[in-house]
Amino acid sequence: MSTASAPSSSSHTSLRNAVIRLAGNSQDGIQSIGGFLARLAGRTAQEVMTYMTIPSTISGGPSIFQVHLGSGEVLHEGDEADVLVAFYKHSYENHIAALRDGGICFYDTADMGPEDIKHERNITHIGVPFTSATVEAVGGSTRDRGKNMFVLGMVCAVFNLDKEKLVGIVSRQFGRKDESVLRNALLAFDAGFAYQVGDVEKFAFVPGEAHGAHRISADGNQMLTLGLIAAGVRYGSAYPITPWSSIMETLRVELPKYGGLYVQAEDELAAVSMTIGAAFAGHLAITGSAGPGLSLKMEALGYASMAEIPLIVVNVQRGGPSTGLPTSVEQSDLMQAIYGSHGDSPRIVLAPKDVEDCFYIALEACKLAKKYSCPVIILSDQALSSRIEAFEEPDLDKHWVEPALDISTRPEGFKPYPLDSITQHAPPGSKMAGGKYPVSTGLEHDEMGHPSGSPKMHTLMTAKRRNKLVQLSKELPLPEIHGDQTGDVLVIGWGSTYGPIKESVDRLRLEGHKAGALHLRHLHPMPDGLDGLFKKFKHVVCVEMNDSGLYGYGQLATLLRASLADPRIQSVCKTDGLAFRIREIVTGVEKIMAA
Amino acid sequence: MSTDLVTPAAPATDKLTKKALTADHPTWCPGCGDFAVLNIFYRVLEKLQYPHENIVCVAGIGCSSRFPYFMNTHGIHFIHGRAVPLATGISLSRPDLHVFVFGGDGDGFSIGGNHLNHAARKNIKLTYVIMDNFVYGLTKKQTSPTSPVGFKSKTDPTGSIDRPINPMRQLLASGATFIARTHAAQVKHMEAMFERAILHDGFSVVECLSECVMFYAGAFDDSWPKKGGTFDTIDETQHDVTDDQAAFKLAENLAPGKFGVYYQVNRPTKNALEQKWIDDTQSKLVGVSQKDILKKRFEAMR
Repeated sequence: MSTASAPSSSSHTSLRNAVIRLAGNSQDGIQSIGGFLARLAGRTAQEVMTYMTIPSTISGGPSIFQVHLGSGEVLHEGDEADVLVAFYKHSYENHIAALRDGGICFYDTADMGPEDIKHERNITHIGVPFTSATVEAVGGSTRDRGKNMFVLGMVCAVFNLDKEKLVGIVSRQFGRKDESVLRNALLAFDAGFAYQVGDVEKFAFVPGEAHGAHRISADGNQMLTLGLIAAGVRYGSAYPITPWSSIMETLRVELPKYGGLYVQAEDELAAVSMTIGAAFAGHLAITGSAGPGLSLKMEALGYASMAEIPLIVVNVQRGGPSTGLPTSVEQSDLMQAIYGSHGDSPRIVLAPKDVEDCFYIALEACKLAKKYSCPVIILSDQALSSRIEAFEEPDLDKHWVEPALDISTRPEGFKPYPLDSITQHAPPGSKMAGGKYPVSTGLEHDEMGHPSGSPKMHTLMTAKRRNKLVQLSKELPLPEIHGDQTGDVLVIGWGSTYGPIKESVDRLRLEGHKAGALHLRHLHPMPDGLDGLFKKFKHVVCVEMNDSGLYGYGQLATLLRASLADPRIQSVCKTDGLAFRIREIVTGVEKIMAA
Repeated sequence: MSTDLVTPAAPATDKLTKKALTADHPTWCPGCGDFAVLNIFYRVLEKLQYPHENIVCVAGIGCSSRFPYFMNTHGIHFIHGRAVPLATGISLSRPDLHVFVFGGDGDGFSIGGNHLNHAARKNIKLTYVIMDNFVYGLTKKQTSPTSPVGFKSKTDPTGSIDRPINPMRQLLASGATFIARTHAAQVKHMEAMFERAILHDGFSVVECLSECVMFYAGAFDDSWPKKGGTFDTIDETQHDVTDDQAAFKLAENLAPGKFGVYYQVNRPTKNALEQKWIDDTQSKLVGVSQKDILKKRFEAMR
């Protein structure tokens, strides 16, 4: 919690940012109040990033929601909390270590008492009867229901949040339900807001910079879904798997509004096949999954490379292999995304850097799939899928793509697989002026799509499919380096580590290092000319949430070392299923620099 | 399936002939039953006169799955076992097309068995012809899911020990709304079954016994009068095709069993049900552009 230099005019301590950790069980509704706080931030020109853990079981279990609110740029979820709200004794015991020295802990007196408190690190403990005060406020037998709203009201008062806006957000959410639900929620909220927490510091955020455009708050899966719709995707199919499912659920409900259709398939193989069917039929189509499901789709993905079918595949990565850690984050599917499947089966692989970028990466993926007529994999991850950020609302007048089905008559001599240009298929419904109808095929083929076992043809066609990606790598702009453009260390990342790496580089620079951060959104192919950027730094470090493997390098580092043959490329890896903390990156990079 | 995305194709001006529908010469072995299936399919298409560009032939992997190369129509030769879900994607997203799937017993009842069940219960609008030869031919004589017990193959040199699939019972249980059985050597019968299957509004399947002369010669002689067998057809004055219990009974013994329509019933297709959902959803959004629908969604996230 960094306080602003100017003293506040009221009794509230003025501050620029704060990390609040709500710890309870998954059925306590802490995700919903965390979500309310995040949306409030979006509406009050504040930055926000959230972090949540959910148990992989249905019937509950310990769960947290952490909100990092700030009046300036917020790049990560926060290494440690300024305020801990413990719903239970077990929440307190498990999360007190995450509270910073001198932090404040609110705990529910229903589940623990002063005897359970560890007096340490100058932490202020405040016992509040969340449960009994909620029951008193709401009445009836709804014992546990609503204590999250009580806590929200209390947090609102302690941080002097915009109560009117917060109540507005709550009302809109609960307003869709039974009237009594909203009434009870607001009763509990008011009780929490009015509760006298006693002699504890109160805070107020300095106003955030006003933003010109409207701001929205959303999670990564939402933005990816809406990006796909904006890009003209209307069809597809998938099978449920955590943390991908919310994308298919939303597409299922949303696409009919746009005249499209999303189908739940019987398995991952059917899902990718149905999607290829829709793509073959001339539509922009998308399937998706998490890592295990992507593995199941691999044979069909090889087909899409061979038959040159434009296809979008989303992989919301989780901890693996196998069932692994279904509700944790990892970046261990990079190699699978690029090299999975059989044979030489080139495809494009992209990764969004934050929640906002999920929208733009979807647009780009669709554009590239159409242009290069090949599969495009979007590698998101569990952290991005569920965390909430606030950002500028996308300008749809600028980005909207009207879907188009091209079934115009194809001229005589039409070749489905021309060697001298990129394949653009003639979908069914297209008349063929020459009278010869095309067959899309997974057998090696000649320019007309006839099966061909000719050694020369396989060589030429393999090159044709690969050269599309070579062309793309030359078209991609080199990413900009954040921070120093030359110096001691270049820190490289991909995917959801963008914010923490940027923040870490800022810390390294404050500590006197000349450091830069480079983030790759295009992972296959990578932009041409990265080696020129690397040469400007003494050390090059890849930060990844995957295993350093047999040879000591993470998956991106391995790829970069193989393609650029630069032995300076080193790795900072981790496999604990949690997002990177700033101090983990800073320490790791400093260790490499010192070696 | 949104019609506004689809530019309606102009009606075919040229008459669709066998000549226009013929592509590469089939690579099947001389004497293969699949030749007759191909010829009858040409004949039925000539009769039905669908617009040439709206016909789509889909196949997976196997000898019979080479079908799309021999048809001069839009076609797709996909991976093993997944022709049905691929065709589902085409059918659901393009109501203007006529979707035909061709494959063998391995594609249909083994590697793709699960898809057959689900496409059938969802009643996807398409026609699926399973050319059943009781053997894996393309890979040169391994046991297939329909190989009878005792059949000697390279994977069962002393004779198959596993109970074979009963295709009719399998299809009846799956919920397919048109189920027929025919024989590649009985071309008139095959033609009638194909035509009725194609005209059926729903998931229509025809199992067509088609002899592999290389690896299971004589497999279907017992139902081939020319070879001394009996071609026993279903008498539809006696069999109620809408009665699934009667159909199950008819399918009790398929060696050689009866030929004809086992079951036909009208049930809404997934195509129609999804279109209804789309129409209902869109009826609440009349006059709102697609872009504005998404804009409103973003406004709610402010």
